Amino acid sequence: MTMNVIEASGLGKRYGGTWALRNCTLAIPAGHVAALVGPNGAGKSTLLNLATGLAAPSAGGITVLGGRPAGSPAALDGIAFVAQDTPLYKNLSVADMLHVTRNLNRHFDQPYARARLDELGIPLKRKAGKLSGGQQAQLALTLALGRRPRLLVLDEPVAMLDPIARHDFMATVMTAMAADGVSVVLSSHVLAELERVADYLIVLSRGQVQMAGEVDDLLASHRMLTGPAAEVDSYAGRPAVHARRGDAQAHLLVRAAPDDPVPPGWEAHPVGLEELILTYLREPGAAALPGPSRGRGTQPSEVAK
Amino acid sequence: MTTLTVPARSEEDATPRPVPWRRMAWVTWRQHRFALGGVVVFLGALSVLLWLAGRQVYSTHAAAVAACQSASSLTCPNAIVAFNGTNGFLSNGFILQAVPPLIGAFVGAPVLARELETGTFRYAWTQGFSRWRWTLAKLVPLAIALAVAAGLFSLLLDWYYQPYFDAANQNLSLEYPTPFFPGLFDLRGIGFAAWTVTAFAIGALAGLLIRRVVPAIAATLVAYAGLSFAAGGFLRQHYIAPVITSSLNVPGSAWIIGQWWTKGGTFAFAGGPPDSLLTRFCPNGPSGPVGPFGKSKPVALAQCLTPHGYTQWTSYQPDSRFWPFQWIEGGWLLVLSALLIAATVWLIRRRAA
Repeated sequence: MTMNVIEASGLGKRYGGTWALRNCTLAIPAGHVAALVGPNGAGKSTLLNLATGLAAPSAGGITVLGGRPAGSPAALDGIAFVAQDTPLYKNLSVADMLHVTRNLNRHFDQPYARARLDELGIPLKRKAGKLSGGQQAQLALTLALGRRPRLLVLDEPVAMLDPIARHDFMATVMTAMAADGVSVVLSSHVLAELERVADYLIVLSRGQVQMAGEVDDLLASHRMLTGPAAEVDSYAGRPAVHARRGDAQAHLLVRAAPDDPVPPGWEAHPVGLEELILTYLREPGAAALPGPSRGRGTQPSEVAK
Repeated sequence: MTTLTVPARSEEDATPRPVPWRRMAWVTWRQHRFALGGVVVFLGALSVLLWLAGRQVYSTHAAAVAACQSASSLTCPNAIVAFNGTNGFLSNGFILQAVPPLIGAFVGAPVLARELETGTFRYAWTQGFSRWRWTLAKLVPLAIALAVAAGLFSLLLDWYYQPYFDAANQNLSLEYPTPFFPGLFDLRGIGFAAWTVTAFAIGALAGLLIRRVVPAIAATLVAYAGLSFAAGGFLRQHYIAPVITSSLNVPGSAWIIGQWWTKGGTFAFAGGPPDSLLTRFCPNGPSGPVGPFGKSKPVALAQCLTPHGYTQWTSYQPDSRFWPFQWIEGGWLLVLSALLIAATVWLIRRRAA
């Protein structure tokens, strides 16, 4: 049995009159790099704030690390969070940031943190505010990893970074994942980055979970069909996520097992992760969720343009 | 019963032992040492000014007392003028009154507002040290540090104002204010420290609610001014029921709360007599109402009105109540501060950021 690092049921968060997250039910199993994607305002940061206890749910509940209430001392003990824009005390030196973090936690691996900063060439005496954006992100990540968390939560960690800093940052995350077995949940806009690192995907849209599952499973259960445009309307009985119709040809993203028969006159292609995510994001009505209904019960809408 | 051994790690994980409080002490010190240092420098500079001014107050007071020992001394009037003219900080007591709110707001408001404004709360409140303990471990030591700094400074204020409360002043026509004089009362005793801590606690809560440093400081100053005005203008006089007397010899150091006249056992008028009475009974006598904080000289008025059946009543707080009043005011301010800090911690604990 694998532990769920984040588990939410009926979770909702309302700010004033608007629901930032609504009726969100999901379980992210341990041992993955789980990516949370969705357009702006989809509720990604809200979900991560709820998971780290920074916000309290307006409805439903959320637990982390196998049933610990989010935000409880037991939960915070095992979670490290790198928030959006990697907030640090800008007027403190790097060494002071290490010292503050060590004092605020039961465990802190000071030798590891120092060794990593040394490797990155981040001087201990420099003020955190004087570091480059990439160095600040790396410092925040080092502070988080130094706590030896079992779950690392990253909110838009690479959004502000240049490509090299972005690459280095994700390399650090992947190394920690491989070395310590830390589970990672990250939200990101940068879809190309996710294709390399994520093996679990959650698509949020308009405050609700639209698609969730292991990347391999999701890719295997979707395919792109190309065929005559005239036959799109007669292509019934199969859940199509999205239909794109040209003059002569139509492209349908459908949910199908790899061994499902291809209709005559149509061609099937495997779909890439980025394409899959984009297609779902363009079809807020479509849903692909794990659970008993997987593969058959859900009836995604078909919207033909 | 205890022979059952549970694997240490999982037990520890389920209910981790809290991070010890003392570890927060360093964090609080490291993050707020410049603010505390600023307070020390500010109060230190004021202390030097106060010390220099105080030496002058003491020397002119001693000179006046010495010069006026003999009734016919020629130097006495000049010495009195000299002493009464040195009271820079007395007439500027209202400036010193700004010290507690300034210190409290500038130290208290940023504690939470800066974290919320810069986003660092998302770092601070997701560490293993739970966020309500983090808040408590910041607010309480800072409040105590400010109380100590303000308390020490107010010892100097006590020393500075002492010559004004010398009982000999009254007969020598020297400045002899009531110790309840607004702008004086809360600079002395424990009032100064208590008001400073209150301003700090208001600032901390305002910082949490407003989430921005500068507006939180402004709101703190406004809230403080309102509270201070309400306390001085309305609450303080009710701490203990005033003494009511028909004697005309109310001590000059008393805080006159109110004056009214009766005739034949029934209420006639409040404050100063109306002009119609004065023109009728005291055509040559003095007139003018007596303000609540002025020194009453009711004898002359009474001389012309008492023969006509009028009795003057005065309600006042004798200066012997200075310390009871200090303890009452200090007490409720400290209770209020504790409640404000508790409310802040409670909000932090439950609030959705």
